[in-house]
Amino acid sequence: MTSTIPADLPLPGAKTTQGAVERADEGNITRRSKRRLTSRGATIASLVIAILWTIPTFGLFVTSLRPQEEITRSGWWEVFLRWDLTLENYQTVLANEDLSRSFINSIVITLPATVAPLVVAALAAYAFAWIDFKGKNTLFILVFALQIVPIQMTLVPLLTLFFRGLHTAGGTLFEGFQGAGIYTQVWIAHTIFALPLAIFLLHNFISEIPGEVIEAARVDGAGHGQIFLRIVLPLTVPAIASFAIFQFLWVWNDLLVALIFASGEASPITRTLAELTGQFGRTAYLLPAGAFIAMIVPLIVFFALQRYFVRGLLAGSTKG
Amino acid sequence: MLKDFFNWLGDLPPLLQVPVVILAFLAAVGLLLFFLEVAPRRGRGYTIMRVAVAVLVPAFVLFAFGSVWWAIAIGALAGGAMFLLDYRSRAGTGYVLQLVGFLAPALFLLVIGLIYPSIATIFQAFQSSRGRWVGLENFAWIFSQPDNLVTIRNTIIWVLVVPIISTIAGLAYAVFIDKSRGEKYFKILVFMPMAISFVGASIIWRFIYGYREAGQSQYGLLNQIVVWFGGTPVNWLQQAPLNTFLLIVVLIWVQTGFAMVVLSAAIKGVPTEQIEAAQLDGTNAWQRFLNVTVPGIRSSLVVVLTTISIASLKVFDIVRTMGTAYPDTDVIANEMVTLAQNFETGRSAAFAVLLFILVLPIVIYNARVIKKQREIR
Repeated sequence: MTSTIPADLPLPGAKTTQGAVERADEGNITRRSKRRLTSRGATIASLVIAILWTIPTFGLFVTSLRPQEEITRSGWWEVFLRWDLTLENYQTVLANEDLSRSFINSIVITLPATVAPLVVAALAAYAFAWIDFKGKNTLFILVFALQIVPIQMTLVPLLTLFFRGLHTAGGTLFEGFQGAGIYTQVWIAHTIFALPLAIFLLHNFISEIPGEVIEAARVDGAGHGQIFLRIVLPLTVPAIASFAIFQFLWVWNDLLVALIFASGEASPITRTLAELTGQFGRTAYLLPAGAFIAMIVPLIVFFALQRYFVRGLLAGSTKG
Repeated sequence: MLKDFFNWLGDLPPLLQVPVVILAFLAAVGLLLFFLEVAPRRGRGYTIMRVAVAVLVPAFVLFAFGSVWWAIAIGALAGGAMFLLDYRSRAGTGYVLQLVGFLAPALFLLVIGLIYPSIATIFQAFQSSRGRWVGLENFAWIFSQPDNLVTIRNTIIWVLVVPIISTIAGLAYAVFIDKSRGEKYFKILVFMPMAISFVGASIIWRFIYGYREAGQSQYGLLNQIVVWFGGTPVNWLQQAPLNTFLLIVVLIWVQTGFAMVVLSAAIKGVPTEQIEAAQLDGTNAWQRFLNVTVPGIRSSLVVVLTTISIASLKVFDIVRTMGTAYPDTDVIANEMVTLAQNFETGRSAAFAVLLFILVLPIVIYNARVIKKQREIR
């Protein structure tokens, strides 16, 4: 379960699963234990899916490289008839102060909003998996069920709480976050909304750790703190990393929370793009380039952490 | 206190705030873990420490929130009570404190951020927007308007179509490219839409569904294809039942990457020996897939289907950014926001309750799966 074999390492056993069909041309690829796709039909099907899924993005990419007049005049495929590409749009976007500032805002919002829910959720998931208490199953199912709460419904109460604080007849209980940094509310909101899914997925993984390992540590005198830090966390790295990727993508791409909780100066790139979309017309030609710049960071994150996706991830149990 | 910290933090340059806030957070968690480690130890020193932590931590948290003194005192008293409960705990001293330590951060956030608002919403669903109790009137309103019935129908279509198609497409793709050459690159192609925000996606799909009148140069790919085949361009998103499916395609396009990545990882977790054994028994690839791989990844399949179902029930951005200008594309999650913006809180809340009810079967099914897994262990 701890193995984090990179995707391109030849996996033991890969060869033995080959069908008879591929064995014929095995001579060509004896150096590597990889094989071709299962069959011709499968090859065609996966190529079709890959192409269908890529065309829309490819179209956007081509559009982002076309000069303004061309974008409004004709479809992006005409670029193959009349080759006319430029980096001008990207230059304009990067020179646009709003967009470059919101790019930084996105980074500042996303990183803490990825780390915090993961840590809090890992603590809770550990308790749900390895500490017995009354009503554990019920509580766990309640937490799971909280996933369904539409974020839209929680925005107003939460916003009121952040803005006004909490007061009773006798005085203040919570003074609110008004004027306390522009990112605070966004961080906390994202952390809360991520928790139910994070607890659920991490619990699936943490509870798969063999009981003997935990028991052995306990016999050696480790308390819950050490077990969590020294045994559970290292064994859960693949699951944490893969959830971190998703959480990063979700926060980075979020619009709803940003619209409500981020003030103008803290607005992330999605919100700025959406505002640009609203003023369709004058700046519309910049949207493709802007959207592409917004995509770059998530793609880098995916590339960097991709190897964690390889084995036994997110509820990747074979039981059950 | 807490406010002052964030105030000070807010004055730092944005990029410096990231490491500072993360380190401060991790330091707090480290402190918590240290206490959880030593909590159950015996000896007078540890007992004193437990008292101190149980009383001071709640008091300090309330103080950090800027509470008045009597609230802090109540917090300290509650902490003291917790200590006594813990001291006499049947499962051993330190047990209750440990449990609270692990669960409290998450539960605290969930209560203020999700549980309290949901309860407030359920109450609102039975009130008029002025706060008067109206019984089931809001629900009666929902089911009496033809537009609302279309909204509900659309939501059901979304939640039935998106999870099934994206899971099948993602699973098929994951199986086909499994252990092939260039698997990594194949994966990235389908995963890419996951990296695109819905705002970006709506810009992208504008260049697919876009429409101009016949004779003009088209900028939407779909209409260009129609023109190439000699047809007249269609304003796709204007066609009433079809447009919902066209918007659904966008979410499928996004979610397939999620399904593919998770299922691909699960497939690699299926023991090779099982597949080899099936192979020795003379089964063909399809039988092996159906009888070995699918049972092996069943729990991942459930997770993927559940997550995507919930995402499609809550779909909001796509409809908001692409569909609002077109007829009959509305879904519950979007209608809720529209109503709330028109200050119709009661009706908006009633829609939310309806959404809870729609999602209940998924929760019940998962609850049973969870229970079953617990019994196995």
